[in-house]
Amino acid sequence: MVQATMAEAPTLETQEETMPIKMAGEKVSVFYAEKQALFDVSLEIPERQVMALIGPSGCGKSTFLRCLNRMNDTIDICRVMGNITLDSYDIYHRDIDVVELRARVGMVFQKPNPFPKSIYENIAYGPRIHGLTRSKADLEEVVITSLQKAGLFEEVKDRLNEPGTGLSGGQQQRLCIARAIAVSPEVILMDEPCSALDPIATARVEELIDELRQNYTIVIVTHSMQQAARVSQRTAMFHLGNLVEVDETDTIFTNPTDPKTQDYITGRYG
Amino acid sequence: MNEHTVTAFDDELNLLISQIAEMGGIAESMIDRSVKALTTADKELSRKVVADDKQLNDLRETIDEQVVLFIARRQPMASDLREAIGTLRMATDIERIGDLGKNIARRTFEIEENLPPKKLMRGLKHLTKATLEQLKDILDAYATRDIEQAKQVWERDDEVDNLYNSLFREMLTYMMEDPRNITYCTHLLFCAKNMERIGDHVTNLAETIIFMVTGSSDIYGGDQASESNT
Repeated sequence: MVQATMAEAPTLETQEETMPIKMAGEKVSVFYAEKQALFDVSLEIPERQVMALIGPSGCGKSTFLRCLNRMNDTIDICRVMGNITLDSYDIYHRDIDVVELRARVGMVFQKPNPFPKSIYENIAYGPRIHGLTRSKADLEEVVITSLQKAGLFEEVKDRLNEPGTGLSGGQQQRLCIARAIAVSPEVILMDEPCSALDPIATARVEELIDELRQNYTIVIVTHSMQQAARVSQRTAMFHLGNLVEVDETDTIFTNPTDPKTQDYITGRYG
Repeated sequence: MNEHTVTAFDDELNLLISQIAEMGGIAESMIDRSVKALTTADKELSRKVVADDKQLNDLRETIDEQVVLFIARRQPMASDLREAIGTLRMATDIERIGDLGKNIARRTFEIEENLPPKKLMRGLKHLTKATLEQLKDILDAYATRDIEQAKQVWERDDEVDNLYNSLFREMLTYMMEDPRNITYCTHLLFCAKNMERIGDHVTNLAETIIFMVTGSSDIYGGDQASESNT
C-alpha cells in the first residue's frame, strides 16, 4: 500500500507541469474610456505557481493584474471585455460578490500601505469584516499565523499594539502580505511589491514568495528581470497591450522565442 | 540585432568579441608556424611560437576577468547571457589549441637536425592544412554568426580524423620497415595526435557558436542524435 502511494507520488517536475489552471483570462480587452489598454489577452495561470508579468511601462501588465480581482471596477471609465475565470467560474458574473472575490484574490501593492492602525489591527481587520473567526482567541491565532507565514512575527511579536506605519518599509510590505494572507486567499496578486524596498528587504519578500507558492497561486508584476527570473515558474511578456509570449521562466530568460521579448529582457527596448 | 539602450553594454560585448577573434588569430598563426618550424628544423621560429602561447594565456585570463565583471555589472539575459558563457568556453578551447601548437613547436628541439624524409612530412603537412582550414572556417563562422558554416565545420571533423588515422598507419609501416625510423616517427605521431586534438577543439567551438546563436548545443536542433567523433 505504502509502496503504491510512493510510486504514484509525482516528482516535483511533473507536479509543476500538470498543475491545474487556477485563473484564466480569455480574450480580455480593457478600455479606459476610448483608449484600449489590452487587446484580446488570453492567459492561463496554473495553481500554486508564481506567474510573472513583465513588459515595458504602459504595456498593460498591471491592467491585466487588476482585472483578476476586479480592481478596475473602481475606475469609472474602465471597461473590461472577455472572460476571466477563477476555478472555471466567471468572476465578472453578476452573482459574484466583489468583496468576497477580493478576499479570495488578494492584492499587495507597490508601496506598502498599512492601515493607520496597530500591527494587530492591520491583520485582524480583514478576518473580522469577513466574519472568518468566531472568537477573540480565534482571531488572535489568525493574526499570529498570518504574521508567521509572512515571516514577520518574530520581529514584531513584542509590539503588536504599536502602529503598523512605524515599521520599516520591508516590514510594512510583509505586514501587507500578512494582511492579504489573513483572509485565506487562494490567489495573491502583487504589483511590483519590491520596487520600494532595499535589496535585503527584497530578498526577504522573494524568499516569502517562494514559501507562499506552496499554498497559494501568485501573480506578480515586476520591472526587475532578475526578480522575475528568480521567483517565477512561468513568465508572460506584454507589449503595447498585447500578450507577446508566455512560457516557462527558464526558457524566457535563456532563449525566448519572440524578438520583442529578447529585446526587452536584454535591455535593447527602444 | 538592435543595440542596447546602454551603449557601454554593447562596448563591453564588442570588446569580448574582438578579443576572441584576436585569440583565434594568434592560435591559427601558432599552428601554422609550429609545423613550419618542425619541418624546417627552425629553432628560432619554434621559440617564437612558444612565446606566443604566453600571450594567448594572458588574453584568456583577461577575458575571464572581463566576463565575470560583465555578468556582475550587466546581469545579461538570453542571447547576451549565452554570449558571455560562450565567450568563456571559446577562450578556453582556443587557449588549449595554443597549448597544442606549443607542444608541436617544442618537438623541433627533440628532433633537432635528424629530420625525417620529406615524404614522411607530407602526411603531417596535409593534416595541418586540413586542420588549419577548419580553424579558419570556424573563426569566420564566429565573426558572421553563420551556424550553417559552423555545422559544416563540425561535420568535416571526420575528414581530419580520417587523415590522422591514415597517417598513423603510414607511420606504423615506416617503423616496422626500419627501427631507425621509430624515434622521429614517434615524434611525428605525437604532432599528428595534437593536430587531431585541435580538430576536436574546433568542433567544441562549432558547438559553442551554435549554442550562442540558437540557445541549443544540439547541432541538428533535435532532428538527429548528435554524436561527437573523437
